[in-house]
Amino acid sequence: MPERPTTVAIAIDGVDVEAYQGETVLQCARRHQVDIPSLCFLEGVSTMGGCRLCVVEVAEDPRLRPACATTVAADMEVTTESPRLRSYRRSIIELLFAEGNHVCAVCVSNGSCELQDIAVRCGMDHVRYELRSPRRHVDASHPKYVFDPNRCILCTRCVRVCAEVEGAHVWDVAHRGHGAELVTELHQPWGEATSCTWCGKCVAACPTGALSHQGSAVGEMRHAPNMITWLVAARQRGEWTEPEARR
Amino acid sequence: MSDTASVLAVTVPESKRSVVRRQAEHLPGDDRFALVDKHLKRVHFAQDQLIETLHVAQDVFGSLSDEVLLHVARALRLPPSMVYGVATFYHLFSFEPPGDHSCTVCTGTACFVKGADDIVSGVAKAHGVRAGETTGDGRLTLKTARCLGSCGLAPVVVIDGEVLGHQSPQVAVDRLDAILSADAPQAAGLGSVVVGGGA
Amino acid sequence: MATPIDLHEVTEREREAQFRTPLRVKVCNSTSCASAGSGAVLQAVRELAEGEFGNTVAVSQTGCMGLCSGGPLMRVEQRGGGQHDYHIVTPISAERIVRNHADHGTPTAEHLLDTSMPFFARQQRIVLANGGVIDPDRVESYVAHGGYAALAKALTSMTPDEVLDQVRLSRIRGRGGAGYPTANKWALLAAAPGPVKYVVANGDEGDPGAFMDRTIMEDDPHRLLEGIALAAYATGAHRAYIYVRAEYPRAVERLDRAIKVARRNRLLGRRILETDFDLDIEIRIGAGAFVCGEETALLASIEGRRGTPKLRPPYPTERGLFGAPTMINNVETLANIASIVANGGDWFASIGTEGSTGTKVFALAGDIVNTGLIEVPMGTTLRDIVEEIGGGIADGHTFKAAQTGGPSGGCIPARYLDTAVDYDSLRALGSIMGSGGLIVMDDRKRMPDVAKYFMEFSRDESCGKCVPCRTGTVQMHHLLDKIASGNGGRRDLRDLEHLCAVVRDTSLCGLGQTAPNPVLSTLQYFRAEYDALIGATEVSDA
Repeated sequence: MPERPTTVAIAIDGVDVEAYQGETVLQCARRHQVDIPSLCFLEGVSTMGGCRLCVVEVAEDPRLRPACATTVAADMEVTTESPRLRSYRRSIIELLFAEGNHVCAVCVSNGSCELQDIAVRCGMDHVRYELRSPRRHVDASHPKYVFDPNRCILCTRCVRVCAEVEGAHVWDVAHRGHGAELVTELHQPWGEATSCTWCGKCVAACPTGALSHQGSAVGEMRHAPNMITWLVAARQRGEWTEPEARR
Repeated sequence: MSDTASVLAVTVPESKRSVVRRQAEHLPGDDRFALVDKHLKRVHFAQDQLIETLHVAQDVFGSLSDEVLLHVARALRLPPSMVYGVATFYHLFSFEPPGDHSCTVCTGTACFVKGADDIVSGVAKAHGVRAGETTGDGRLTLKTARCLGSCGLAPVVVIDGEVLGHQSPQVAVDRLDAILSADAPQAAGLGSVVVGGGA
Repeated sequence: MATPIDLHEVTEREREAQFRTPLRVKVCNSTSCASAGSGAVLQAVRELAEGEFGNTVAVSQTGCMGLCSGGPLMRVEQRGGGQHDYHIVTPISAERIVRNHADHGTPTAEHLLDTSMPFFARQQRIVLANGGVIDPDRVESYVAHGGYAALAKALTSMTPDEVLDQVRLSRIRGRGGAGYPTANKWALLAAAPGPVKYVVANGDEGDPGAFMDRTIMEDDPHRLLEGIALAAYATGAHRAYIYVRAEYPRAVERLDRAIKVARRNRLLGRRILETDFDLDIEIRIGAGAFVCGEETALLASIEGRRGTPKLRPPYPTERGLFGAPTMINNVETLANIASIVANGGDWFASIGTEGSTGTKVFALAGDIVNTGLIEVPMGTTLRDIVEEIGGGIADGHTFKAAQTGGPSGGCIPARYLDTAVDYDSLRALGSIMGSGGLIVMDDRKRMPDVAKYFMEFSRDESCGKCVPCRTGTVQMHHLLDKIASGNGGRRDLRDLEHLCAVVRDTSLCGLGQTAPNPVLSTLQYFRAEYDALIGATEVSDA
């Protein structure tokens, strides 16, 4: 029986809570039903810290901190909501919408999309920035799944899940900066990637409509990122909790 | 709107296809692979030698084809996607065969201040090629560089490895014209004369 | 088996050799002079010396003498004193100059460089001391000018802690840009548990307009090796890497040769100078990515991966290269260490200002008369650098701004010309020291264009890992383009300023966090230019 972790007291938005030594601010907040938004974080795989939506203010620290990668410390005072944070988060979401082609009305994940959820939460009613409207090819060569890079936000959950949990490392990010894109193997059609085991973990982990099951119609796709968390707990710690339902 | 369009365009990039896999077992007797293998042996096939190996491979082959990338991936026992990701991350690796001649315009700050942009657009216009690309006939590759550190000579252009200082669009274009015409393919030159004479 | 070098004997031998030749000719063969044709000059003088003058004229290449705009540069030294520098020499004029010296003992007025001019007189050279003096390819030449004496002193008469103490006393700050106290980094690595730890020299000099690190690596490679060896000794590391930009093939070549020679002479490898200290240094070559100047990205690149920055903590001194404690120092920082150990930390701290000790090398470029590399004490005013050393603005124009810190820095206007340049004063002005590129711009430059240029750079060099930097730089560049071309309105300027704040405050690494600086600083000092550009569309925008 593992020992109960030692705890420290921290304050989240003015409320004193108990935090486990070694856990991150994001984990602690979520345990206490404070939902800090994040698109790249996925419990069970390594932390990327790329979406920057989970940035929080920490008292006496002039810089914003990503909650997903900030370990709790005794007497830490964390602010997860402020006018500045709200404004920054909304801008980041707008920047993502401007970067790709995110049209909810025709998306397989409409109604089951983390990007959409956060956009609604931020009160994003329009995009201030120029829509880049990139022309990107949909890869429907895989017999079971479809990859639509127009809806990809480069959170790399699929890359990490495939490399770290499944162990196949079919996916990776190619190029850099505004040219960055996800590729399978040597940028071949996914259907020709012999290293793909068809396990579908990448599809389960995807926060948007970028990865979906073949044949999904608008609004039909349901992702299951929590399955990854559940699976990792079972595989690595030998703990079988109840899997959460598909979102 | 754009989303609908992209859904309809369910295609596969033409250049890819399964050639990659078939070519993985490269032609026997191509000793260029032996040169890459020699380097790999020297570094004991260490996975952290990926970038060095890609440098060697590019020196040997001129550019990094899928076949070469796959060869390196297999030798270092790395996933192909990772090798592709690393190779495409860095500016100096190229995936298309280089042109016969190269023209690199420095676009560092000192050169920018001294008008490097005009040189890039001047050469681009004169040869119908964009920065980072090779002309259709494979004669010239136009590149830009992030500061070559010869700021005292700004603006700087490197033509076929020779660093030339205090350049202007016209000087650079003239120089390129001279170099390109010096070893112009004979047949093409004669051909155009014949056509001209006939008309 | 490598035999240990006898530093004293080599020095004596070099001195004797010098005394034997009545005339010594040194031709600057650094990248800039080489581009200007120093190779042909060197060859012509060599042929002349070997043919006509037998052994009476010794010819060698040497490293950067600084005044790049006057290249190729040549130095003639006469036995028993007398040294003359010449600029803009050609093979023909070089022959004439050497002949005059050899036959008549007289300098040639044509091409003669006035070394009392402020460009030379106002400099204080520590890092660049050997420029124009030694032959970078000969370790004997470095040794004869005091090279490896500091390492010998440290290894035989100082404990690692005592070396660290001298660095602490010197109060030297990192020359790569941020100005973090070097001794603090060293102390963290020294305290990290062994046995495997690494020292990494950051030679990924990516700021456009900066080339001091390249000059050190090419023209005084052993100075860098000695600095690395001292750092490794002080911190308990036995393995080091030098990460060099792939754009510097000459630096790679010279460092490679220097490492081999140092190994042969037991200045590197096992039992250095017959002590118990072992160290090996390996070169790793970049492949064209500005972001690899960032510490964690650089480490990823050494490990053969995409050069994307990692979240900190853990800091590299806790978990760095291959998971082991690692310290990354800039090349110029390391090039100062031998002098600090040889002369003492107090000596170093007496140079410069209270908060920024020592000297700083600047790469002077742009619309200025004298371009090249200069080394001045910290705290020298911008006016002295631009007007005195730099010789003022070229072509009869007036000074508008000095850009420091490259794409992470800012533009300093004329009214701050009397600022004493150090880490803190530049930061207070909204710029940064950066690696030392100093680009002077005259009244013809439009600041929104300059901001756009740097934003394009940051956009193209963003690694793409974090959203604000990857997408924010694209949008900021778009807005700057719109404004600079006269198509922007007040709302565009407002959106631009807001994005500057978002990208600065939320980006993952220094590249994104500082990418808005050129925009912010030009908005701070040259706002009228932006206002004039958006003025035309203001009505339709409202």
